[in-house]
This record gives sequence, C-alpha cells and structure tokens, in this order.
Amino acid sequence: MRAPRSLQRTSAYLVAAAILYVPANVLPVMHSSSLLASQDDTILSGVVYLVRSGSWPLGLLVFFASVTVPLLKILALGFLVWMSACRSRAHMLARARLYRVVEFVGRWSMLDIFAVTLLVALVRMGRLASVLPGPGALAFAAVVVLTLLAAHSFDPRLIWDPVDAND
Amino acid sequence: MPMTDPAPAPKLPTAAVGRRRLPSLIWLIPVVAAAVGLWLVAHTWLEQGPIVTIQFSSADGIEVGKTKIRYKSVDIGDVKGIEISEDRKAVVVSAQVAKSAWDLLSRDSKFFVVRPRISGGTVSGLSTLLSGAYIAIEPGTSKELTVNFVGLENPPEVTSDMQGREYILRGEQLGSLAYGTPVFYRRVNVGHVTKFSLDSDGRGVEVGVFVNAPYDRFVTSNTHFWHASGVDVTLDANGLKVSTESLVSIIEGGIAFQELADLPPPHGSAPSGASFTLYDDRAQAMQLPDLHREQFALYFPESLRGLSVGAPVDFRGIVVGEVKSLGVEYEKADSPIRFPVLINVYPDRLRSRSLNGSSPGAYSQAKSRAIIDRLVAHGMRGQLRTGNLLTGQLYIALDFFPDASKAAIDWSGTPPVLATLPGGLTEIQDAVGRIARKLDRVPIERLSGELSQALVSLDATLRSSQKLIGQLDSQVAPQATRTLAEAEQALRAANALLAQDAPLQKDVQNALKQVAQSARALAVLADYLERHPESLIHGKPEDPR
Repeated sequence: MRAPRSLQRTSAYLVAAAILYVPANVLPVMHSSSLLASQDDTILSGVVYLVRSGSWPLGLLVFFASVTVPLLKILALGFLVWMSACRSRAHMLARARLYRVVEFVGRWSMLDIFAVTLLVALVRMGRLASVLPGPGALAFAAVVVLTLLAAHSFDPRLIWDPVDAND
Repeated sequence: MPMTDPAPAPKLPTAAVGRRRLPSLIWLIPVVAAAVGLWLVAHTWLEQGPIVTIQFSSADGIEVGKTKIRYKSVDIGDVKGIEISEDRKAVVVSAQVAKSAWDLLSRDSKFFVVRPRISGGTVSGLSTLLSGAYIAIEPGTSKELTVNFVGLENPPEVTSDMQGREYILRGEQLGSLAYGTPVFYRRVNVGHVTKFSLDSDGRGVEVGVFVNAPYDRFVTSNTHFWHASGVDVTLDANGLKVSTESLVSIIEGGIAFQELADLPPPHGSAPSGASFTLYDDRAQAMQLPDLHREQFALYFPESLRGLSVGAPVDFRGIVVGEVKSLGVEYEKADSPIRFPVLINVYPDRLRSRSLNGSSPGAYSQAKSRAIIDRLVAHGMRGQLRTGNLLTGQLYIALDFFPDASKAAIDWSGTPPVLATLPGGLTEIQDAVGRIARKLDRVPIERLSGELSQALVSLDATLRSSQKLIGQLDSQVAPQATRTLAEAEQALRAANALLAQDAPLQKDVQNALKQVAQSARALAVLADYLERHPESLIHGKPEDPR
C-alpha cells in the first residue's frame, strides 16, 4: 500500500520547514534572566558563545545538530522529491541510502529543544534566575517536526518507480 | 496452447481519472508555516524600536548587552554598543529602545546613568550594586521626537512625576550644601537642593531648591531661607543654647525656611522659580528686613582708627544701622581736613520696637525725621566708642548727652550731618593731657636745688642724732642696767614681805582680826544702847532669871 500523494505531502512539509527555518535561526531560542542581567540567545549566538569560551567541540556539535542537519535534511529531501518527480534514474542506490541517512539522523536535531526544555523546567528560581523559551524555539521545533514528517511521508519506492515503468 | 474460446472477458471497470482542480489540503501546512514564520519575524521586528544614541562623558558602568535603559524601573531597552565620539571627548552609547517607548524619546528627554549613591540622608540606586548601572530616562514634554541625545552626568534631582515647585536662593556661600541636601520647614523635611552654582561674577552662589507639593504653598514672598547646617551654639545671658534642625542636617547640612510673622500677609504662595535670599543663620533670616534707610554724615574730632565699614551703629545697645563708608574731605586748601563717616540708619528698627502695642503705621519719611529731630533735641549725639578692648575695634554709639550744646539736623544736607561728641576715651586722653601740662609747669630745677640743700641738712641732723645715740649707748645704758638690777632687788624684797606666809603678813592679819572683833563688840554695844538708852545711867539690868 503506497502512501497517497507522497510527493505532494513531502514537498508541502519541506516548504513549511524551509520557511520556518529562517525565524528558527534568527529569533532567540532562549531568554535567560538572572539577578545580574538578562539576555536572549539565538542558536547561533549560543554556538558562538560555546566556541569563544573554549569548548569548540561542543559548539561544533550543536552547530552540526541544530543548524546543518535541518538544512541538509531539507535540501536532501528536496533533492529526492525533485528527482522522483522527474522520474530520474540516476544514482538510485545512492538516493535510497541518502534517504535512510536522513530518516536516521533527523531525530537528533531535537537536541536543542531538549536542552531548552530542560533548562526552562529546571531553572526556576524566581528573581534569582529563570529561563524562558523564546519565539525561536517554537519555530525550531516546528522545523524539526516538519522535516521528520516530510521524511516519513516520502515513499522511498518512488525512487525506484522509473525502473518498473520502463520494463 | 489449446484453449477453448475464452469467454469474453468481463468488462473491467474503468477508473475515471479526474484532475482535481484544487491542490491537496496538505499545502495548507506550508501556508500556515509561512504565516506563523512571518508573524514571528514581523512581531519581533515590530517590537524592535528605534536605536538611540546617547552621549556621555564616560561609559563607567555601562556594558554592551547588559546595561538596560529603564523608565520607572521598567526595562525599555538595551545598550547595543559603546563607541568613542569622533572628537574623543565623550562616549556614544547606542541602545535599542522598545517600540512601545517611542513616545518617551522627546527632544527634551533626559538620559542619565544610575549608579549606587550614598549621601548623608539617603541611599539610592542600591539595586545597581548587584545589577550594575543602568541608564534611566526622564521623558520630556516636547512632541518632537528624536533619537540622538546628550546624557546628563548627574541624575536630575527633580523628576517630572514629582509635584512641587523649584525656587532659586542667592546666598554668600554654599556652606555644606550638596545635591539632595534636605530642606526643612519647621523641622519637617519638605524638599531638597537640586542644583547649585557660582554667580557669574563670583560674588555669591545660587542654590536651587525643590519643595514638595503640599508644602510649597508655605513658601510665600515673606518667606526667608537660611542655612540650617550643623549645630547652632549660642551663649547668652540665659546660658548655653544648642539648637539644630535634625541629625541629618548636622552631618550634611540643610536649608530651612519660615515665614516672617511681623510682615503684612503675602498674596498667595510664591511662583515656581521665584528668587529668595539665603541667609547665613536663623537669627539673620528672622530679622525684619530694612525697607527704609536714612543716611547721615558724622564728623568725629578723633582718629577713626579701629572703625571699619560695617561697624554697628548702636543706639543704647540696639543696633540701628551700620557704617557705610569712611573718607577724607577738604574743600579748600586752607580749610581743615575733615573725616566724614557715612552711616546708614534704618528707622524701621526704631519703629518696630516701639512699645505702644499697636501695629506701627505706614512709614513716612517726615514722621521718622520728626522722631530723629526730637531725639537730637533731647541731646542725642554720635560718639565713637571702643567695642573691643583687645582689638581696638570702634563702633558708633548714639546716646543722649543732655549737657551737650544745642544742635539740630539740617535735613537739606546730602547727607544730613548728625552732631557728634568726643568719645569717652578721648575725654580721658584730654584729662591726662591737662595733668601733663600742669606737671610741665612745675619748676623742677629749683625744687631739686632746694631738695638737695634739705638733704644736706637732713644729713647733718642724722649724723648728730647718731652721735647722741652713741652716747646713750655707752653711758646711759650701763647705768640704766644697774638701776634696773637694783630695782629688781627691791621688788624681790617687797615680794618677800608681802608673801602669804611672811611674819609681817601674819601679824597684820591677826591685828585685823582683833580690830574686826572690837568692831563687832562695838556694834553690839551700840545696838544695846539704842534699845536700852537708860542703861547708860542705870547700867545693865540684872538678868530676870
């Protein structure tokens, strides 16, 4: 049983994810306030802070998981959808593998959201210190969920369809 | 393959492939996403207000990203950058202000850095100790908006939400006043000092005070302000008196004000920005103002050394004026040089101290001159007197000298001349001079010749008397000694005779006893004879027994 209108669904999810990718990276994800100061952090400012403060492996990890992976996912799925829509027969095996990688790696992008959620839940000390999710967190979570949905709704059999048709 | 004629295949249902005109509902998702994304971005974008630049002399305590801009303790913006101005004399702080705070950015809005401040009476900005300094905004009233400001170096002492009035005080010196120094009305803290500055000519200071709302109506045109700093210690006939406004004012000074009771009631309270005199102390402030003055010239026969401008003019202990100037004048080459002393006399001080209970009538020059004329006719004269024996400071005393020769004031003179008398010290000097002149006339040389003769004769006399004494010593004295010894002997013999147990004494005693017995017998005889006179003839009768 094939998923109905797989290509359309996937591309719709992808477009939505691509749109929300912009506010997810521009808007602050986390608003932390303490007695001394309060500040807003976007994902990129967090990465910059991590790299500057010396823990660049962690910074790279966050950058990879939160910035690169969603983008690559959107691009990769878009590429797959495009190729399938064109009924291309090129690199079909590689495309199938790419799809598997995308589906596998997708869930790790929620790392940031998990971190923010944990902080929001844990750091509740009233006036002393508190952490609140910013508007970027919503957009970012939406991007991740949408890419997951897109990967899920894409039917990998579409990659191989042109082979059957030409037999 | 052998096959029977197959039965005609049943007609397969053909699928009607319709083309949907509308795209799938799934496309609503990206539309919603786009809407949400746009809303998020737009919301954030719209919330971002303008970037303002504020110029300060120093960025002390200001940090990029940490320092906030606050209005009434509400964050309305963040400092986004600090740069040094092009002329390197100031720093330019750029800050993002919330959209909702747009209308606070009037052209006359003021920005200032709030840092912890501890002055004698108040602690302010304590929260900035932990959170660091912040930039506060004091919105202006102008409708014109701008984004470029020059910040204040000191927080304004009066903010727009404070009700009250500001007044200007002019005084001779600042004393211990500072920003925020309290202002007292009947020892109630009703305001504070907002600013102070030196006069442009450097001859005084100008102090701005702010009096809070319900109390500003007590400030009228009759109100006098004075320095209430520190402790006022007065030592008078009643003893030691220490008075102060409050403990705070001892430490950081203060200004007090009060209305003069004696003056006619004022017309409402003073308008904002009214100017007042700042007196040095309460006594000075509470003095009635000298509205009128009369000027007189006095010519003293003696030296004016010790008399200075400002020296009091004292009318039997009451200061009624002061010396205005001292000078030298000569009209012609041959006329004597005179030393005029100009004095100001304030007739109000004489008038208001009249004892007739009724309020003094309106001042008129004629009336006050009539009073002065009467005083002069009664012998009022000016006299120089020593106010301080140590420093030799002089003052001018107006006193009554009924014996003084007649004088009157010629009011046509400018200024009129008030008659004077030589001062007390001068009189003593004159007397000493007279004595000296008399001494001078004594013929001291002749006197001394006679004196030396007298001394020579005295010497001779003394010498002869000395000889006489020598004779006495050598001749008279031994004889006298001898005589004395004999006398002593005689006395001793006499003593022996007169002693209690001496034979002579005993005999005398016995004799005396017998005399006494005889006397007693005689007395008995006399008594008997008195009662029995016949016994002289008949003799003593026989005893009847």
